[in-house]
Amino acid sequence: MAIQILMPALSPTMTEGKLARWLKSEGDEVRSGDVLAEIETDKATMEMEAVEEGRLGKILVDEGTEGVHVNTPIAVLLEEGEQPGDAAKVMERPANVTAPVAAEAPATSAMPPPAPPRAARGAPPEERTGGATVRRTVREALRDAMAVEMRRDPTVFLMGEEVGQYQGAYKVSQGLLDEFGPKRVVDTPITEMGFAGLGVGAGFAGLRPIVEFMTFNFSMQAIDQIVNSAAKTLYMSGGQMGCPIVFRGPNGAASRVAAQHSQDFASWYAHVPGLKVVAPYSSADAYGLLRAAIRDPNPVVVLENELLYGQSFEMPEDEEHIVPIGKAKIEREGGDVTVVAYSRMVHVALEAAAALEREGIAAEVINLRSLRPLDVEAIVASVKKTNRLVSVEEGWPYAGIGAELAALMMEHAFDWLDAPVRRVHGADVPMPYAANLERLALPQPENVVEACKAVCYRS
Amino acid sequence: MTQPAATKPHLSRPHLLGLLRGMLRIRRFEDKCAELYTQEKIRGFLHLYNGEEAVSVGVMQALTEDDAVVATYREHGQALARGVPMNAVMAEMYGKAEGCSGGRGGSMHLFDAERRFYGGNAIVGGGLPLAVGLALADRMQGRARVTACFFGDGAVAEGEFHESLNLAALWTLPVLFVCENNLYAMGTALERAQSQTDIHAKAAAYQMPSEAVDGMDVVAVEAAALRAAAAVRAGEGPHFLECRTYRFRAHSMFDAQLYRGKDEVEEWMKRDPIVRLANWMTETGMMHDRDREELEAEVAAEVDASVAFAEAGSWEPIETLTRHVTRAQARP
Repeated sequence: MAIQILMPALSPTMTEGKLARWLKSEGDEVRSGDVLAEIETDKATMEMEAVEEGRLGKILVDEGTEGVHVNTPIAVLLEEGEQPGDAAKVMERPANVTAPVAAEAPATSAMPPPAPPRAARGAPPEERTGGATVRRTVREALRDAMAVEMRRDPTVFLMGEEVGQYQGAYKVSQGLLDEFGPKRVVDTPITEMGFAGLGVGAGFAGLRPIVEFMTFNFSMQAIDQIVNSAAKTLYMSGGQMGCPIVFRGPNGAASRVAAQHSQDFASWYAHVPGLKVVAPYSSADAYGLLRAAIRDPNPVVVLENELLYGQSFEMPEDEEHIVPIGKAKIEREGGDVTVVAYSRMVHVALEAAAALEREGIAAEVINLRSLRPLDVEAIVASVKKTNRLVSVEEGWPYAGIGAELAALMMEHAFDWLDAPVRRVHGADVPMPYAANLERLALPQPENVVEACKAVCYRS
Repeated sequence: MTQPAATKPHLSRPHLLGLLRGMLRIRRFEDKCAELYTQEKIRGFLHLYNGEEAVSVGVMQALTEDDAVVATYREHGQALARGVPMNAVMAEMYGKAEGCSGGRGGSMHLFDAERRFYGGNAIVGGGLPLAVGLALADRMQGRARVTACFFGDGAVAEGEFHESLNLAALWTLPVLFVCENNLYAMGTALERAQSQTDIHAKAAAYQMPSEAVDGMDVVAVEAAALRAAAAVRAGEGPHFLECRTYRFRAHSMFDAQLYRGKDEVEEWMKRDPIVRLANWMTETGMMHDRDREELEAEVAAEVDASVAFAEAGSWEPIETLTRHVTRAQARP
């Protein structure tokens, strides 16, 4: 299948850049690791390497073009045996790139977000609200959610590393300092256990802190405060002291940042009674779930995804749009197999569903949205219809979300299953740096396709 | 609890009797707890405070009822001195529904929202950031309150100690840090744990005013706490007290105490804060034999009543097992 190569981002904030030079010509063979092109911004120049192998079918953006937006298709890669005419039938996939860290970027390097789901085949799936919609990136949706809650409730404040003056390590809090001032947009030193614990204490005292972790990898420094203080105190105190706090930040694998910066903590936090855990996929999810999290009287862990920050979705224009915690969303209906995913894996699942459709398999894709509480009812209802379940998660398999789903199906849907539950998950290894190994370690659409075919007994 | 009137202790007869009574309540309450532990009425971990009573009773003199207290797993003394009713504390030791944490916390997790007593934290160092956060909330909302944060010498080795002192000083937050230095972090002597054994000197690294106090002298603790709390309340930022004290009993109920000699314990027991204050009061005519007898009788009656209260208490209905895991109501 032909693959679109998209304009990569040099940094989390880059929205456009110059395509300085093509190093391959149409018709050239491309090997993994070959430099395809040079990209340039005012801060840096980057060599863009190929991940996929094949032949450069068509160059869509000429060299020397300025102002090329991130995620714009810039070329089409043909796989073995494909003809240039096949370039029209493209499957979008971000081209992983080796990005030199731009001057203002944090320790994690930037990366091209995946294209919107099914963008080439029409608008991405939306909530059936029927109202007017606007196009927003996930990054903007998160910022707007915080801003609107901070306007309506003076006890809400944001605290974390680089959230204020720097405007957010990933620019999620852009503009908030200007509007709300340093008293409510609080820059902290690099002291995760300190500021996470301060947030919990402030929550005890009646405030509603939003604690940002630059990434959830660093929340390990603070997990004692999240679990032992935030999650357990309401219970230990016999209901006297609750903690309305949000812990948020990017979770899961970014791109090429290796083991200590690429981990999905979903099952870690979802394991803990006293916490709620949500994982938004789209802009509507991000906006609606974060608002619900801020209003919730309990500690809520909001697992965002760096690769989704720059991605745009249509979302309700209604400022009061809120997504209730604990409700899943059917992103795509189908009767043959239920595919359950969360966060960026929803995109992978939707890509797989599109591919399956061409083979006559109708997959129902459920976006979990909340991991704790989990919408068991919605999943079971779908499985009663399709009689098959495939779970997709970026995290490790052992005691993961997929393992929980498999157990839940034993308990709630055993008699409806026509095939064993299949799990698609990250490889059971620390995340490797090498591009080819990293790709292998993360669930790809073809893995989901394969699992779905297996449970449908199709080869 | 009333507003402390001055920054110096005013040693009237009623005030001194109050200090003595405060320490005796803790001592007799815990003696009873140890007895009840052997009877298996109280289970789990039980960390006793015997010998350290002057610290919590002294510091509490400097707080008003609007202030907040964060303590450790050795917190019976702080809870009682803060005004958590002895009945509710004893019922909690039993795990009864009438306990101050509804039977869900036990000895290490005493809470009382009404008295702004924020636990009872069984993670060494875990309370420090919470206290700084409570102070942050007060500062953000323009309340001139103090948060008193108790912790032991063991917590000083935790990263949280340093993170909390730094943030409190960096942001000039109203925290009164009270280190109860009893010389042993469980079984590890201070000099085996710290490169700098002068704990209050560590505060200097964060530009925080600090003082070492004789923690076996309740009046000295009160005096230091009044000075420090007044400065904190006046917006001068956090202050640090290192109260040098000693625990007479074992770390918990299972501790052979191989790490210290009997002679050392006996030496410290000569400085028993209760004996010391009582003797001084007697010598100066502040207390007469009959006062002491009345005080003892009154405290013994309160302890006995708390045991009766706990015995008569009810077990939490088993159908409430999952209550209070999360709060149900969403905010409008």
